[in-house]
This record gives sequence, C-alpha cells and structure tokens, in this order.
Amino acid sequence: MKVSPWFDRWRKWKSRAALLLLVGGCGLAVLPLFAILLHLIRQGASALDWAFFTQAQKPVGELGGGMGHAILGTLAQVGLASLLGIPLGLACGIYLSEFGARERQGAPGTRERFASPVRFALELLASTPSILVGVFVYGVIVVPMKKFSLMSGALALMLILLPLVARTSEELLRLIPQHLREAGLALGLPRWKVILSVVLRSAWPGVWAAILLAMARIAGETAPLVLTSFGNPSFSHAWDQPSASLPLQIYTYAISPFEEWHRMAWAGALTLVLTVLVLNAITRISGGSHERRRHD
Amino acid sequence: MKGDRIFLQILRGAALVSLLILAGFFLQLFSSAWPALKASGISFFTSTNWDPNQQAFGAGAFIYGTVVSSLLALVIAVPISVATALCLTDLFASRVAAMISFLVEMLAAIPSVVFGLWGVFVLSPLLRSTIQPFLAERFSWIPLFSGPPLGIGMMSAGIILAIMITPTLTALSRELFLAIPTLQREAALALGATRWEAIRVAVLKSATSGLWGAVVLAWGRALGETMAVTMVIGNRAQVSPSLFAPAQTLAAVLANEYAEATDDLHLSALAAVGFTLLLVSTLIHWGAKTWIKRRAQT
Amino acid sequence: MSVDVTTKIELETIGLQAYFGAVRAVHGVSLRVPRHQLTALIGPSGCGKSTFIRCLNRLHEETPGARAEGQVLLEGEDIYRRGVDPVLIRRRIGMVFQRPNPFPAMSIFENVASGLILAGVKDRRVLDPVVERSLKQAALWDEVKDQLKKPGTRLSGGQQQRLCIARALAVDPPVLLMDEPTSALDPISTARVEELLIDLKKSVTVVMVTHNMQQAARISDQTAFFLMGEMVESGATDAVFTNPKDSRTEQYITGRFG
Repeated sequence: MKVSPWFDRWRKWKSRAALLLLVGGCGLAVLPLFAILLHLIRQGASALDWAFFTQAQKPVGELGGGMGHAILGTLAQVGLASLLGIPLGLACGIYLSEFGARERQGAPGTRERFASPVRFALELLASTPSILVGVFVYGVIVVPMKKFSLMSGALALMLILLPLVARTSEELLRLIPQHLREAGLALGLPRWKVILSVVLRSAWPGVWAAILLAMARIAGETAPLVLTSFGNPSFSHAWDQPSASLPLQIYTYAISPFEEWHRMAWAGALTLVLTVLVLNAITRISGGSHERRRHD
Repeated sequence: MKGDRIFLQILRGAALVSLLILAGFFLQLFSSAWPALKASGISFFTSTNWDPNQQAFGAGAFIYGTVVSSLLALVIAVPISVATALCLTDLFASRVAAMISFLVEMLAAIPSVVFGLWGVFVLSPLLRSTIQPFLAERFSWIPLFSGPPLGIGMMSAGIILAIMITPTLTALSRELFLAIPTLQREAALALGATRWEAIRVAVLKSATSGLWGAVVLAWGRALGETMAVTMVIGNRAQVSPSLFAPAQTLAAVLANEYAEATDDLHLSALAAVGFTLLLVSTLIHWGAKTWIKRRAQT
Repeated sequence: MSVDVTTKIELETIGLQAYFGAVRAVHGVSLRVPRHQLTALIGPSGCGKSTFIRCLNRLHEETPGARAEGQVLLEGEDIYRRGVDPVLIRRRIGMVFQRPNPFPAMSIFENVASGLILAGVKDRRVLDPVVERSLKQAALWDEVKDQLKKPGTRLSGGQQQRLCIARALAVDPPVLLMDEPTSALDPISTARVEELLIDLKKSVTVVMVTHNMQQAARISDQTAFFLMGEMVESGATDAVFTNPKDSRTEQYITGRFG
C-alpha cells in the first residue's frame, strides 16, 4: 500500500504534539496543588505562633488574636459527629454487606427487603450538595430551638459522615471472602459474633482508613455549618450555643476587609490543609492500599 | 438464636434511620419551600428578579449562574482530566503515574473553603490584573469577554470549580481507560497507528460513552459546590453574558442569605432554592448512574 | 535447513534477544522465514515464542520496560536499524492476536478500513473495494456483507477473529503475524481459520504461534520449536515432526512434557 511519505511525517509530528499536549494537561492538573500549597505557606506560616493556637478572635482593629477557639470548636463538632456517625455508618455498612446481598454478586447472608432502599438512600445522601444538609438541619433543629448551636453543626457533619462510612465499609466488608464467615459459623459461633470478630476485624485496617478519611473530609466542611453552628468569636463550646469552627472562621476572616484577619485566614487554612493532607497521606500510604476510593 | 435476632434488629434500626433521614430531607425541604413556590408559581424558576426587600423571589439568575459556572468548569476540566488520565494509563512509567495520581488525590482532599481563600486572594487578582485585560483587549467583540475586568465573577468561579472537579474526573476517566484491554491498543499499533492514533482509536473512541457518564457525574458535583463558589463569584443575582461579571448560584445564595434571613417568605424562597438544587443534583446523579450501569451491561 | 533454496527469504532474524527489564525472554534466535509459506512456532507456554513474534513488528517494545536486541531483516532491511519508524514497519507486517480484538466503537466496515483510514485514505471509492476484498480474503464477506454498519463486537468469536484478519489484510501487508489466532475459538471456527490460512499463504507470508501441534502439522510449511527462550530447532514441518534432530523436540512432540 502506498502512502505519501509527507503524510506519514505529518502523522508522526501530530502524534508527538498530541502526546506533549497530554503531558501539558497533566501538568495543569497538578499545578493548582503546588500553587495553593505555596501560597498557604508563604502567607500563612508567619502567623502561626503560640497565640494563634491558644487565643480567640480579637475585635477588629486589635492586633493578634488567634483561632484557638475555632480549632477547639472543630474538634468538638467533628468528635461529636464521629461519635454518632461512625457507629451508625458501620451498622448500615454491616447491614448492607452481611444481610443485603445484591443478587448478582455471590450472596453472603440472607437478603433483607430493606437493603436496596437503604443503599439508594445512602447513595443519594452522599451525592447531595453538603449545603443542603445544612438547610435540612436548619429546618429540623435550628428553627425549633430558635438558635444556632454546636449540636446542630455536629449533626450536620454527622449526616455527611454517615454515607461515607456506610458505603465504604459495605464495600470493604464485601471483599472479605465468604469462606471466612463459613469457618466462623462452622466453629459454632453465633452470626453476630462472626461478623464482629471475624469479618469486621479482617476488614478493619481498610475500614479504619476510610473512617479517618471521612473525618478529615468533615473537618474541612464549611457550607452546612454556616446554617447550623454559625460561628462564634469566642471560646464557647456549650452544646446549645453557636460555636466557632476552623473552616467557618477561615471563611469569616477571608471575606472580611481587614488585613490582619486575612493573615489569620491563611494561617488557619494552612493548619487545616496540613492536618487534612497528613491524615490523607498517612492513610493512603499505609492502610490506604486496602481502600478503593469511590468517586460518585 | 436470640443474640443474632437482637443484632439484626439493631442493624435494621440503623438502616431505618438512614431511610428516615432521606425521607425527612425531601419532606422538610419541600414543606419549607411550598409557601414560596405557591406564591411565585412558575415564575420562581423563570424570573431573574431576586430582591428580598421587595419580596421578589425569582431564582432564574441562580439557575443561570449555576448552569453557566458548572459548564465553564467542565469545559476547562474535561480536557485536562482526560489528558491526565491518559498520561497515567498510557504514557507514564508506573512509578511516575503513581506519584501523579497521589498528588491528584491530595488535591481532592483540600477543603472547599481553602480553594475559596486561594481564589479570593490569588486567582481573582491574577484574573483582574492580567488575564481578563488580555482577553478584553483581544476578544472584547465576543460578549463572553466584555465589560470591566473585575476578577471576582463567573470566570473565577468556573476556574475554581474546574480545579475542584479535576480529581474526580481524572479518577473516573482513569478507571475507564484502565478497563480497556491492552490488546485493543496493540491492535491499533499493529495496524501501523502512531501512539497518539492508538490512543485515539483504541482508548478514547471506546471510552467515549463512559466518559459522558463521568462528565455528567462531575457536573452534578460542580452544581452543588458551595463555599469556594460563594467566595469568588461575586454574589449578585444577575444574568450577564460576560464571564467577567459577578453572578450567583443556587448553592451560593443559600450559604449567603440563609443565616441572615428573617422574613418567612424569604426563608421559604431559600428553601425552594435548596429544593430545586436537591432535585437537579439528584436527577443528574441518577441519570449518570443509570447511563453508566446500562452501558456496563451491554 | 531443508527449505527449498530457490525460495526467497522474506523475513529473517539474526541473534534476536528480547528482554523484560533485566529478564531475558528470547535468547539469540536466528530464523529465516521464506516468502509465501506458513511458518509455525511451537513450544510449551512461557517459552518465548509469543515474545519472539512480537519482536517481528516491534510491538514488544511497547510493553513498559521491554526491549529487543539483534536484527530483524524484512526483505533484507533491518527494522531495528536506528531511524526506522516502527509505525511504517507495522504497516508492512500485519498482526492477529490471541483473542479477537475488534475496535468496540467501530462498525464492521470501519474496523476493516481502520488501517487505511489511519494512513489517510478517506475516499469511499478506494475503501469500499478494499473492505470487500479483505473480507473475502478472510472468508467473512458472505456472512457480513449486508450488515457492514453493525458494530464489530456483535459478531461471534470466530467471526470476530476473521474480522481481525480482514482488518490486518486491508493494508495489504506482505507479512502476517498470528499469535495463537485460534486459541480462543471453538473447533468449527478453528477449522475455518485454518482453511483460510492455507488459502492466504498463496499471497502472504505467515508466521504463526500455536500451542496446538496438530495445527502446526496440518497447515505449516516450516516449523520452529522454542524452549525456555531458545529456538531449539527449525526446519520443514515434515522433517521436524517425523525426524527431529534434537531430543528435546522429540520429547515435546511425542508429548513427554509441555
């Protein structure tokens, strides 16, 4: 077959150019990460001092102050959300994987009628924009209580945590081979014991990594907190009072017109990103290999 | 066995809670939204006049802002993500690919508010001082690039959203490309295809329909993104053809006005905005999911 | 070698070595492939015969970490010489793989025409007769002539493999490499492909890897036996099967290992 050598040369160059463009695109994809990290360090590191971690917001015009109250608020809300959301999420995950087998896969356990709607509900919750979780909690908690509160913020975060934990733990438990369950049952153990001490324990490294990642994720959530825990300039962590949190405080500082507060916002963002990234990196590098990240 | 029965009951209880939450979600949002929807009727979705002081509640501008900003994000993010995914599956040595995908996943872990902060203090000033004047000078005859270069606005929001959905899109496309057998690529090479042609013929062409699913999923993500958008979009309920102009999205207006709204109708109108967002994002998510599932079966 | 000396040598390897990283999979193989004959490569799995055949169109090097050394002469010209574009080589040496691999998003017509379209031929007046000729050569024309617009993946496994043969033939390559082309097919489809190969070698030089010794005996003119990356023996098929020179070849064909 005869083809003009010019055309072949053109194809060769086209191929080179296209591959170069692909690599360029890849560069563009990772560039923002470095740009953001660079700016966080350049603008934020200087404001990171002892006071930053120990003091609360100072009134406008006064120098100094910090985000200690916000860090504490985040810890309180994430802690409370995890306390409620992790057991609930794990229970849902176990329910779905051990009692709600999908027909097409090799079915461990019996099939519960509830399973499909629950799976559906969790997937919907996971795909819902997080601000709507705030709107929901605002309607069912904040309005009846007539005030913003730490508790409502924690509940909102819990609703974001729940589907994350439930869905990853279902997937991970499903990966545990059926013969392990049968081995446990053959020993005469009751089913619940087999599930908790054989199945869950075998999957635990991955489940734990997934839980940590989910906690890292809600620690950075801002949108639902605007409508629930609202923010608070001082150290106040009563469960029924408005509460500060790190992401919310970053937002407040960032949209303010004050130079000093901008500096605080950068420092807060640096703290938040470092925490989240370190958590992510650790789980991915160590136990992370168990975990197949879902993007849906 | 008694223990087993109790255990199953506990699990059922937990499962029921998640069902109730979802039901509560729709019910709560709908019942709060109903007064405003009843008062405005269809004009709630078509009118672009949103003025709480005048009791005028038309969400048209938010719908416009949501659609345009997320589409702009897709226009930017799709080529970049597909290129990155191709680099990961077809070009780079496995060690380099592992490092790049690690970095991309790290980008996914950064909280929305940090993207917003970076957008406000780095991206928007850059757009205002350099990029937008450049575009305005050369392409001002295109309505997209008309008006004063403000920095804050639709373009900022689109770019920030693009950065935020790139990790999701990259991961989804990467999975699609990985699922294509090496044999397919070799078939193209053995026919005398160049490397790019092999990628185009064997990889991109086979993955096209799956890519549509991925793009729609990412679109659903972009629609609901709140904090970063509200920080950079300018928060103004207006419909302007210019990408330089401020705008507003459904999600952003919620973050902006909800906590400060006191008037009942205003609150209800905001809930209606939320309900709209819930419907749209749910429909898009399920549409994309069914599309992907159906494709997997054939 | 007991090949007729008057036959022209189409393809020749001289000291061909293939590596995966530091592992050597093919150890210095020198083989002459006569024109318009069918050369079969046999040997137990993992013996390097597939790797060897993938060096003949420079496809081996597309695997990450893989490389080849030595010479492969196509009509006397070394395809591993510096500056030779593998893309041009692959257009002259077609390949059919173990599993049928039609392009899923393309119709039957597009699949067959894909090599030509890549090479810049877009004119239907050129493509139509080539597609018809190739499908006829691959003995598929009668079965698909009324459904050329259907996706290639709708065909049965055997038809798909013949579609892939048609796709390889469309660019009119003087040499056709086949890597266990019937291993994924049922016996009836296998028989059809074998018939087709006997017909095909009148006009094309075929190098075929097979793990099926009967197949090699039935349709090949020349056979080469590979073991642990080395070519133990090669020669006219009759001679190799009835009177092997090497005891390892004899053991293999009498079924004592592999």
